[in-house]
Amino acid sequence: MALSRQIFDTVIVGGGGSGLRAALQLAEAGHHVAVFSKVFPTRSHTVAAQGGIGASLGNMQEDHWLWHMYDTIKGSDYLGDQDAIEFMCRKAAEVVYELEHFGMPFDRNPDGTIYQRPFGGHSQNFGERPVQRACAAADRTGHAMLHTLYQRNVRAHCQFFVEWMALDLIRDYEGAVVGIVALEMETGQPMIFQAKSTILATGGAGRIYHSSTNAFINTGDGLGMAARAGVPLEDMEFWQFHPTGVAGAGVLITEGVRGEGGILLNSNGERFMERYAPTMKDLASRDVVSRAMDQEIKEGRGVGHEKDHVLLKLDHLGAEVINKRLPGIREIALKFANVDPIREPIPVVPTCHYQMGGIPTNYYGQVVAPRGASGSNEVIPGLYAIGECACVSVHGANRLGTNSLLDLLVFGKSAGDHLCQWLKSNPQHRDLPHDAADRSLERLARLDNAESGENITEVANAMRRTVQHHAGVFRTGKLLREGVEKIREVAERARNTAIKDKSRVFNTARIEALELENLVIVAEATLVAAEARTESRGAQAREDFKDRDDKNWLKHSLWYLEGSRLDYKPVNLQPLTVESFEPKVRVY
Amino acid sequence: MKFSIYRYNPEKDDKPYMQDYEVTLQPTDRMLLDAILRIKAMDDSLGLRKSCREGVCGSDGMNINGKNGLACITPLKDLKEPVVLRPLPGLPVIRDLIVDMSQFFKQYHSIKPYLVNDNPPPQKERLQTPEDREELNGLYECVLCACCSTSCPSFWWNPDKFVGPAALLQAYRFIADTRDEATSERLDNLEDPYRLFRCHTIMNCADVCPKGLNPTEAIGKIKEQMVKRMV
Repeated sequence: MALSRQIFDTVIVGGGGSGLRAALQLAEAGHHVAVFSKVFPTRSHTVAAQGGIGASLGNMQEDHWLWHMYDTIKGSDYLGDQDAIEFMCRKAAEVVYELEHFGMPFDRNPDGTIYQRPFGGHSQNFGERPVQRACAAADRTGHAMLHTLYQRNVRAHCQFFVEWMALDLIRDYEGAVVGIVALEMETGQPMIFQAKSTILATGGAGRIYHSSTNAFINTGDGLGMAARAGVPLEDMEFWQFHPTGVAGAGVLITEGVRGEGGILLNSNGERFMERYAPTMKDLASRDVVSRAMDQEIKEGRGVGHEKDHVLLKLDHLGAEVINKRLPGIREIALKFANVDPIREPIPVVPTCHYQMGGIPTNYYGQVVAPRGASGSNEVIPGLYAIGECACVSVHGANRLGTNSLLDLLVFGKSAGDHLCQWLKSNPQHRDLPHDAADRSLERLARLDNAESGENITEVANAMRRTVQHHAGVFRTGKLLREGVEKIREVAERARNTAIKDKSRVFNTARIEALELENLVIVAEATLVAAEARTESRGAQAREDFKDRDDKNWLKHSLWYLEGSRLDYKPVNLQPLTVESFEPKVRVY
Repeated sequence: MKFSIYRYNPEKDDKPYMQDYEVTLQPTDRMLLDAILRIKAMDDSLGLRKSCREGVCGSDGMNINGKNGLACITPLKDLKEPVVLRPLPGLPVIRDLIVDMSQFFKQYHSIKPYLVNDNPPPQKERLQTPEDREELNGLYECVLCACCSTSCPSFWWNPDKFVGPAALLQAYRFIADTRDEATSERLDNLEDPYRLFRCHTIMNCADVCPKGLNPTEAIGKIKEQMVKRMV
């Protein structure tokens, strides 16, 4: 079947924070750019971010980008690449001021400057005391930021393909990426989009877990596209468990609650974080707090009938602070936990929240991968990745709160800027290979032709249960080995699914089947990489290897779909202009 | 729990029909969306939009027992059976509970939903007092779910000419922003028998808004500003 074709300078897959920031840079420079999104852009998952954007503006007390850089490296458990981290922390103030100029409704201080609140792992003077670094719009920072970026793109006349799902990358015979195949959901028609460059900005895949703060759309589509096209996935063993998901519901309660003074209590009413993190207490980094909570629950100090959660107390902040700074949290607590936080604590439990790993890139957003036998890292021509689907890596083994929104702005802009230059020296479209759409068409044909097979929901549930059980907060070699076996069975089942509904028009069953193929790839990468890493670092906590092992494991993992093979590359400990921060023991 | 759901697939059906479902709920099913997903697991042909499942993305607006709302934050315990689910009224149906929102977004885009300030920005942030910033509360939180506009009779009759409550709320969001310098153009853009003045303060919009916002009040403030600039 010959597909119809459209041609652009750049196609961007994903209309969340990073995709929109990159699109803006390109559209304002006059490039012919198209943004593809499964949902109307303001429905992207950036909308759910609550607490703030990290930037050392120093509006509340003295702050410095170097302190932010140190905190980020320490937070990453030294797995972050220090060139990219320096780049991000130095650019932070600039991208936040720009966002304000675009119209972002930040909260304000009496002097008119942007309000900043404390957040986990952010400190003054290399860990001395907490600092107020998170630039906030109440507890709806992501919502305000996503709408502002969309609005600015409307102003720039950026072209959107709304409710289109990208299926696969197109690579030519030299390995360059020359566009995508995408499916229009309303008509069920696939189409080829030829482009000089392609940016993946598809967000995370937190839906591989049963208990997740993530939206239904977070299915790792960009990761699946990259993996199927032979691109490795980096550091996929590192998943952040946010300490405060609403118990039972999974909905996120921002760390900003603890930033504003909220505390965690066990069944004895004890503020247990004082024992685990004497200096930062409830504002230690997320991996530390989540492990402490899990430990309390394991040792029988959990709360509730099943003793399976702890409490987040904030009533002492008073109704005025809660209504002014945390109105969305009050709304969520009332709706999903049946408690009014002005009077009662919120039941919370560590919940899968963020994917630190992703498609390997440099800090311009260019995808880099080992090439040939030499194994040296080389840029894949025409392919960029930004935001949660990318691994720059600025978050390493554990991301600090507020650094995700910052990542979207800094690397969205950086990729856009780099492309503006790149397009000057690459003015021509490369030819499409003759088999450009074959992989996508085969995937669609299988679903169209399968008369019988497994139910999508059942296979997806089996995947989520497997990942949840075998790759949770605490891991062991045995659990992980069993998990690898089980997820391979699930992957096999996912190849034999069938949908009853074969119609074309807005067939959500077909979309979910295609999403499941991507999720299963991410789930396998996660378990295989976690099983292989015999150390504890950041979000990977192994009970059989309790310590960080810098001698053997100060390196990034790279997982390939073909043969489910692992490779490794060194961490970049060399910043751009300052001295390297050498790995040391992490104490909060 | 019993449901009666609007079904229409243009490839198969000459006209829409209501389909009955009965589903066994689990104790963890609190919200309407949880129940709909149990139905969808049995019948994968049921079409609806969904994403964040916590009321911030605005995907799953629908008509629930006669009133517009977001399925993901509508508690099941408050619903009378059979729960009757229909697509948002007044917009063309693409399939089942999925409506064509083009007209709604066209109106949103028509109010120039972005900050206009042509002065060169300062090196740091533009300053704004906390009091001026507070003027934006109750405006910027809109999730563009269209529950309000599709509950408004004036929008039903003139979706191409009347801007509708959601977009008017956003028009006021920029008028109210002390950093925006296009108030006069924004008012010109709305000074029209239809665009603004088709609002007859029926207040369905404020009644259904799942985020508790009040477009009628914002529309009133726009009208006030128009009167003010005439005298």
